Amino acid sequence: MTLANPSDFDGNLQPQGWLRYLSFSLDHKVIGLQYLVCGFIFYLIGGALAGVIRTELISPISDFVSRETYNEVLTLHGTVMIFLWIVPVVNGAFGNYLIPFYVGARDMAFPRLNAVAFWLIPPAGILLISSYFIAGAAAQSGWTAYPPLSLTTPAAGQVVWILSVLLLGGSSIFGGINFIATILKLRRPGLKLMMLPMYCWAMLGTSILVVLSTPVLAGTLILLSFDIIAHTGFFNPTMGGNVVVYQHLFWFYSHPAVYIMVLPAFGLVSEILPIHARKPLFGYTTMVYSIMAIVFLGLIVWAHHMFTSGTPPWMRLFFTIATSFIAVPTGIKFFNWLATLWGGKIALNSAMLFSCAFIVNFVFGGITGVALAQVPFDIHVHDTYFVVGHFHYIVYGGTVFVIFGSLYHWHPKFTGRLLNEDLGRLHFLLTFVGFNLCFAPQHWLGLNGMPRRVAEYDPAFTTLNQVSSVGALLMAISTLPLLINVVVTAINGKEAGDNPWNALTSEWLTSSPPPVENWHGEAPLVTEPYGYGQHPEEKA
Amino acid sequence: MPIRTALAVLTATTALVLTGLWVGNNVNMLPLGASSNASTYDDLFKVLFSIGTVLFLGIVILLVYSLFRFRRRSGDVSDGLAIEGNLPLEIVWTAIPAVVVLFVGLYSYDIYERMGGMATLNDHMAMDHGAMQQVSVKEGDSAGRVWGGIGVAGIDAAPAGPVLPVEVTAMQFAFIFHYPGSDITSGELHVPAGQQVELRMEARDVIHAFWVPQFRLKQDVIPGQPTVLSFTATRAGTYPIICAELCGPYHGGMRSNVVVHEPDAYDNWLQQNTPNRTTT
Repeated sequence: MTLANPSDFDGNLQPQGWLRYLSFSLDHKVIGLQYLVCGFIFYLIGGALAGVIRTELISPISDFVSRETYNEVLTLHGTVMIFLWIVPVVNGAFGNYLIPFYVGARDMAFPRLNAVAFWLIPPAGILLISSYFIAGAAAQSGWTAYPPLSLTTPAAGQVVWILSVLLLGGSSIFGGINFIATILKLRRPGLKLMMLPMYCWAMLGTSILVVLSTPVLAGTLILLSFDIIAHTGFFNPTMGGNVVVYQHLFWFYSHPAVYIMVLPAFGLVSEILPIHARKPLFGYTTMVYSIMAIVFLGLIVWAHHMFTSGTPPWMRLFFTIATSFIAVPTGIKFFNWLATLWGGKIALNSAMLFSCAFIVNFVFGGITGVALAQVPFDIHVHDTYFVVGHFHYIVYGGTVFVIFGSLYHWHPKFTGRLLNEDLGRLHFLLTFVGFNLCFAPQHWLGLNGMPRRVAEYDPAFTTLNQVSSVGALLMAISTLPLLINVVVTAINGKEAGDNPWNALTSEWLTSSPPPVENWHGEAPLVTEPYGYGQHPEEKA
Repeated sequence: MPIRTALAVLTATTALVLTGLWVGNNVNMLPLGASSNASTYDDLFKVLFSIGTVLFLGIVILLVYSLFRFRRRSGDVSDGLAIEGNLPLEIVWTAIPAVVVLFVGLYSYDIYERMGGMATLNDHMAMDHGAMQQVSVKEGDSAGRVWGGIGVAGIDAAPAGPVLPVEVTAMQFAFIFHYPGSDITSGELHVPAGQQVELRMEARDVIHAFWVPQFRLKQDVIPGQPTVLSFTATRAGTYPIICAELCGPYHGGMRSNVVVHEPDAYDNWLQQNTPNRTTT
């Protein structure tokens, strides 16, 4: 069965040089970098939107943008950051680039589907952003789009939002199918599942979640669009519709979406730590089972987002218990990472700084997460800035930190050049300080009475909001050393050689950057991707 | 394990736990408590805060210590130890979070029950109807099902006595409080300290949420689905009522106050505000 033969296209029809990054390329490496750069552009847009929010919140009155605009901005910020930055980059970019190497393949299982999945993203993103410039038309009901609010705000913007999220969801499903097929069916002979690098397991688990839950979101949003366009009454209480049903369906996707954003990050960290600590990944088997346990539990915890909605007591209890137990497999992973570092020879470079800061941030967000799972605790802080602080510790302090760490780690693989370490450390310092300054105070704000999604607040909260805004400014500044670093490195960066980290995983066992079909000859059979310290005599 | 290492680990763990307990009990992160529910909530918060501090500090200290102690010396190109796992250790750190979440879960279940969270809402509504004679709940909709909320009948709930029912209507961008017993309609909620209040809430347009941080309580107010929220205020004063569910452009301005009176002062307020024509 010939699943993939991208060389025909690369040799004849595809443009060469940098132009191929703007083409309908079928090369998984090109597509991976397309995801990465496209996602980063949307990160800058989403960051600018966050800047508008933090500027508005410098003073307790609504004085920077109009109230409608503020709601448009917070809706777009959430949607852009989740659907156009984190999900595409942590899955699409690194998944596409790395998975074929890890399984010893020459490309993904379905290269054309892969290219289609990527090329759905730019139009969906442009569609979403452009709705903002049509006066009064962007969606204003938050990234959650709860009806009846989403039925009463300007319809055009809401429908465009739905269309955009449907396209992005479709892209995500195409990607998920492709990853499952590649990991299960395209492994080179002799490569058993339990020999795969941890990122493969993370992507397998993530893709299962994508394939199971994203269609539910799609169906829900189609029903919502019927309510808006055709005036049906699925979620319209004046026509007998039920608004809480929407919340169940929405969170059936959107809670697993959290794992769609963090599981790949767990996988990437599991690749970075052993290489820079020169030790095997501790507890490989339990790490694999932990991922699968998180996948399973992740599917049955969605109603913890609805403890103050109309949910019966037994349901609240069930979801408290299920949610709390996610802490067990997650805890195992963190202890295993600490054990991986213990006794190693740790190089504290930019990749490691971001990865270790991820551990700190995520543990913090995980602890507040277990607290939030407790119904009585949640009833006070639900829909407050406590929750805003919590989930930014998970998705920014967790996933985005890992994306940056991965960038420093794999940049030499992408380009053959090492990013500058001094600029990298500056980038890390600004990001880490800015991030904590921005989001730590928000926990206190929420506990003391500041709800989320407001443009105005009690003047007693002014100081901490200003601290938070200063943190946001630092985070904005922190992108400059990164951008400068990438440009400077492209011009005269240090040559990396093929394997600058002396790594054992298979993407490093070919040239950097790799040839079109990944390998010069047969793909290597890597049975021990983490076999550090085992064959000391073989080391140069 | 050498005895000195064991002693060091024991000392460090004890210090960590003591620090966690101290932080949980002495660092105040919460606003004033003004309902019978608040003290229960604050107890839970202290426990969670203590456990969270111990775990967070423990992991961060372990991480920073490892990064320092096991840093790569310049010129060292050798690998670390080829340790791939350790079953007893992994069982230990599977058990630690499992025991912690089990404890936290049971404890918060107990707290939730004391708050009245497990009360069967609709049974209790039916009983209530008898007790409060001809108090109309929702325009003759006595069979209307309550969909969610915190009911009366918590163990900690206030002294047995009549429950004060208040109907809450939420709309863009205001709360309206109606006292069915005395036919008062008000934009502010006035309640006596020490008496159980039961809010029966419904929204007119979109979803809102009723939140009083000083009561540690919140409940969504939903169009088409009545919800209920019971509480007993314990401290006289004026506290903010905040809408906590995005409800439109003026969501941030959708606020009111709950005024908790001493019982005598509440009776005064009631008399002054009851409409003169109270014949029904």
